[in-house]
Amino acid sequence: MGSSRILFLAPLAIFILVAAVAGYYLLENRDPRLLPSAMINKPAPTFRLNGLSVDGREVAKGFSSDNFKGHITVLNFFASWCGPCLVEHPQVMALAGMRGVVVLGVNYKNKPVDAAAWLARNGNPYARIGVDPQGDLALEFGLYAVPETFVIDHTGRIRVKHVGPITEDVLQENLLPAIRALQR
Amino acid sequence: MTAEIGHFALIVAAVLSLGQSVLPLIGASRRHGGLMALGGTLATGQFVFVLIAFGALTWAYLVSDFSVANVAQNSHSKKPSLYKITGVWGNHEGSMVLWCLILALFGASVAWFGSNVAPSLRARVIGIQGMIGVGFLAFVLLTSNPFDRVNPVPLDGQGLNPILQDPGLAFHPPLLYLGYVGFSVTFSFAIAALLEGRVDASWGRWVRPWALAAWSFLTLGIALGSWWAYYELGWGGFWFWDPVENASFMPWLVGTALLHSAVVVERRDALKSWSVLLAILTFSLSLLGTFLVRSGVLTSVHTFATDPERGLFILGILILTIGGALALYAWRAPILKGGGLFRPISREGSLILNNLMLTIAALTVLFGTLYPLIIDGLGLGKISVGPPYFNATFIPLMVPMMIAMGIAPFLPWKRADFGAAISQLTFVGLVTILVAAVILYLEDRSSFLAALGIGLAVWLVGASLRELASRLNLFRGSLGASLRRAAGLPRGAWGMTISHAAAGMMVAGITASGVWQTEVVRYMKAGDRADVAGYSITFKGVHQLRSSNYLARQGIFAVVQDGVNIATLRPEKRIYLPQRMPTTEAAIRTNLLADLYVVLGDPNNEGGYAVRLYHNPLVAWIWIGAILMFLGGVVSLTDRRHRVGAPRRSTRSIAAPLAKA
Amino acid sequence: MRPKRRRMAFLGLGLVLLATAVGLVLAALGDGVTFFFTPSKVAEKKVPAGQQFRLGGLVAQGSRKMLKDGLTVSFRVTDCIKSLPVVYTGVLPDLFREGQGVVAIGRLEPSGVFRAETVLAKHDENYMPKDLADQLKEQGKWHEDGGGKPCPETET
Repeated sequence: MGSSRILFLAPLAIFILVAAVAGYYLLENRDPRLLPSAMINKPAPTFRLNGLSVDGREVAKGFSSDNFKGHITVLNFFASWCGPCLVEHPQVMALAGMRGVVVLGVNYKNKPVDAAAWLARNGNPYARIGVDPQGDLALEFGLYAVPETFVIDHTGRIRVKHVGPITEDVLQENLLPAIRALQR
Repeated sequence: MTAEIGHFALIVAAVLSLGQSVLPLIGASRRHGGLMALGGTLATGQFVFVLIAFGALTWAYLVSDFSVANVAQNSHSKKPSLYKITGVWGNHEGSMVLWCLILALFGASVAWFGSNVAPSLRARVIGIQGMIGVGFLAFVLLTSNPFDRVNPVPLDGQGLNPILQDPGLAFHPPLLYLGYVGFSVTFSFAIAALLEGRVDASWGRWVRPWALAAWSFLTLGIALGSWWAYYELGWGGFWFWDPVENASFMPWLVGTALLHSAVVVERRDALKSWSVLLAILTFSLSLLGTFLVRSGVLTSVHTFATDPERGLFILGILILTIGGALALYAWRAPILKGGGLFRPISREGSLILNNLMLTIAALTVLFGTLYPLIIDGLGLGKISVGPPYFNATFIPLMVPMMIAMGIAPFLPWKRADFGAAISQLTFVGLVTILVAAVILYLEDRSSFLAALGIGLAVWLVGASLRELASRLNLFRGSLGASLRRAAGLPRGAWGMTISHAAAGMMVAGITASGVWQTEVVRYMKAGDRADVAGYSITFKGVHQLRSSNYLARQGIFAVVQDGVNIATLRPEKRIYLPQRMPTTEAAIRTNLLADLYVVLGDPNNEGGYAVRLYHNPLVAWIWIGAILMFLGGVVSLTDRRHRVGAPRRSTRSIAAPLAKA
Repeated sequence: MRPKRRRMAFLGLGLVLLATAVGLVLAALGDGVTFFFTPSKVAEKKVPAGQQFRLGGLVAQGSRKMLKDGLTVSFRVTDCIKSLPVVYTGVLPDLFREGQGVVAIGRLEPSGVFRAETVLAKHDENYMPKDLADQLKEQGKWHEDGGGKPCPETET
C-alpha cells in the first residue's frame, strides 16, 4: 500500500507547488505606488507657475503655492502625451466636482497647444493650470513621472502622494478617505 | 437606511454561517440529532439574511441611491431599469454578494431537498457549506463591502461600463456562478465522505444530481459568455482561449468527468477515491477561476476588477480550502475501499477512459493558463500562450475521447462484447467515413481538420441516435411499442443521448465556422457592393441615432441573394454617454445554417467606412448544442433516481448502500 | 492478483495518456507561445523578421495615417526610447487612440516594418494593458523611475 499512499499525496504536493508560484507572484508584485514619500506632512515647496496659454490666449490661470491656503487642494501633474493620464481623467473630473476641494493642474513637459487640445477634447477639471515646461517644479516635488497627484491640506502641507493613474479603486480607497479625514 | 439594513444582514449571515460551520459537525460526530438538525435551520437562516442583503443592494440600485459608493460608481440615473438591476453584479462587490447568495442558496437547498441523505452525512455537508460561507462572507465584509456610504453624495452615478449594458453579459455571471458555486455542494459531499470515512453507492446517487445541476448551469453560462464574445467583440470569433474563458472551462471539464465517475460509484461501487478527488478538484478550479479573475493576476479581455489585496484574501481562502481538502484527502482517502472489479472493455472501463481524457485535457488547459505566470515568476520574460497551443494540445486529446463517446453507450456494465457493440455501429461508422471522404474530396484534400471535425460530429450524432433506436427497439417492433418504450426509458438515458448528440452539434459548429468562415474586410462608400459567400451586400449609407444613454452611427446594408432582397443589416458604432466609451454592435443575420455578420468600422477621410463582413457557417449550432446539452442535464436531473426536486416524497432512509440496480 | 493487475493496467493507461499530453504540450509550446516585446526590446534582442510576437507600447502622437487603399493603417508604436513603424490592414478596435496603450500581434518584415495581424485595445477599465504597464514600469518609463524621463511627444 506504500505506493498508493504516495499517489494520494500527489494532488496535495502539486497544489502546494502551484500555490507557491502564485503566492510568490503576488508578493513580488506588491504595489510600488503605495511607497511613502519623503514629502508627506512637509509643507509644499514655494513656487509660482505661469498659466497655460496658446498664442497669447490664456486657457487657464496660473497659480503659486499661496493658492493652497484655506482649502484642500488636489495637485495633479499631467500631460497630453501621457496615456495613463487619460485613464485617471474621469476620476480627476470627479474630484473637481467635490465641494471644498480645489483641483489644480501642473502641465508637465507639454506643448501648450497639445495640452489645450487635450483638455478641450476630454474636459478640463482644473480650477487653474500652471505650466512646467522644463520639469523644474516636478523636481521640487520629487516627481517620478506623470501622472502623479498630491493632496495638500488647508495649511499647505502635503498629506498624500499618489504615483500613477488614479484608478477608481485608488480614488475610493486612498484619496477620498484621506480628503474626508482632512475635511473633518 | 436600506444600505445599513443590508450591511447588518450580511453580518448576521456571517455569524449564522459561523454557527453552521461548527454545530452540525459536532452534532454529526456526537450523533446528536438536535445539533445536526440545527445545521439545516442555520443554512436556511443564512440564505434568508444574504437574500435580504442582496435585496437591499438591488433596491439601492433601483432607486439610484448614490449615497452608496458602490451604486454611485456603477450606476447612473439614466440607465434602463433592467440594467440597474443587472448592474448589481456588474462590479466586484456586488458580484461577490451574488456569489454568497448562490452559495447560501445551495447550502439551504441541501437542507431542503436532502431529506433522502443520511442525517450525519447531510449535517456534515451543511457544515462544510457553512465554512465556505464564512470565508466568502468575511471576504465581502472585510475587503469588498458594497454598502459603504460616500459623502458628499454625488449628483449622479458614474454609469455602468457600457460593455455590461448588454443582455448577454448581464446574465452571464449569475449562470456561471450557479455552476461554479453549485460544485461547492459536490465538494462538501466529498469532504463529508472523507470525514465519515465511507463512500458507497448511495453517495454516488446523492452527489450526481448536484453535479448535474451545477454542470448544466455552467454549460449554459459558458455558452452565454462565448455568445456574447461572438456578437459583441466584433471579431467574428466566439472562443479565444482567454484566461477568463479557460477559468470557467477547466471546472467544466473536470465537472464533466465527475458527472460520469459518480455513475460508476453508484452502479459499480468503484472509483470512489477518484470521484472524491474529482469533486474536490472541480470546486478548486471554480475557486481558482474566481481568484484568477478577481485578483487580476492574469490579464484578460473580460477582467473588470483588479486588486492585489483582494487577490491575497482569495488566495488565503483558496489555500485553506483546497490545501485543507487535499490534505484531508491524502490522509483519509486510502481507507476508502474500492469495490468493483474492472474489465477494460465495459461501460465502467470506457468511463475511466473518459475521465482520464477529460482530466488530462483540463491539466493541459491549466498548464497553458498558468505557464505565462511561471515564466514571469522566474523572470524569463513576458509571454502569452495563444490559441495555437490550446488547439495543438486540446484537440488531439478530444478526438479519441469523442470516438469512444460514440461506442461507450453500447457497452454494458461489468463485461462487454466489443465486437457486438461495434457491429451495431457499422452503419453509422460507414456514413461517418463517407462524409469525411466527401469533404476531403471536395476540399481538394487540403482540409484534413474539416473532414475530422465534421466526421466526428456525424459519428457522435449518429451513434447517439443509433443507441436511442436500439433502446427503443425502433424499426424492429411496432411504432407503438417503441413509443411506449420511449416513455418508459429512464430520464437519465434520455439526458445522455441528448447531451452526447449536442456535443456532436457543437463539434460541427466549431469546425464549420472555423474552417469555412469567409472574411471580407473592405473600405466601402455608400452604394458599394461586396460579395460574400453567394450573398451580395450593398452598403446604403449611415445615419445617426440617439438613445437615452448612447449616440450611435448606424450603417445600413442590403443583403441580396439570387436577386431577392432577403434582409437589411444595421451594425452600429455606439458612444455611451457618461464615459464617452465607444462600443461596436455587430449586425448578425442567421438562418441556423450560417450567419452573416457585419461590423461597421471607422470612417476614413474620403467619406467611406471600413467594413468587416463575415459568413460563418453552422456557427449557431454551437449555442444550439450548448442549450441542448443544458436541457440534457435538466432531463437527466428529473430522473426518478435522483428525486432532487421532490422532497415531499422522501424515500425510506437509506443508511446502507442499496443493492446494485 | 487480477484486480491489482487491472488497476495497474488502468494506471498504465493513465500514464501513457499523460505522457502523450506532456508531449503535445512540449510540442505546442514551441509555436503556441508568443513573446511580448516593446520597441526597445525588439531592437535590443534583434528579433528576426518573420517570428510572431506581441508588440506593446503607446501609439505615438500624430503617427496614425491611412494608406491609399483606405483600409491599411500605419502608425508608430513607441515605448519612449525606441519606436517601431506598424502597418495593419483592417478595422482598428474601438479603444485605439493616439497616446494610448496598444498591443499588436504580428511579425517584422525584412524592411523593419511590423505587420500586425491583430491589434488589441482591451475591453478593460484599465486602458493600459497590464503586461505593457509592467514592462514600461520595468524600463522605468512610466512611473517609479528615478531618472524620470517621460515620453516626449516629439520623439518618434
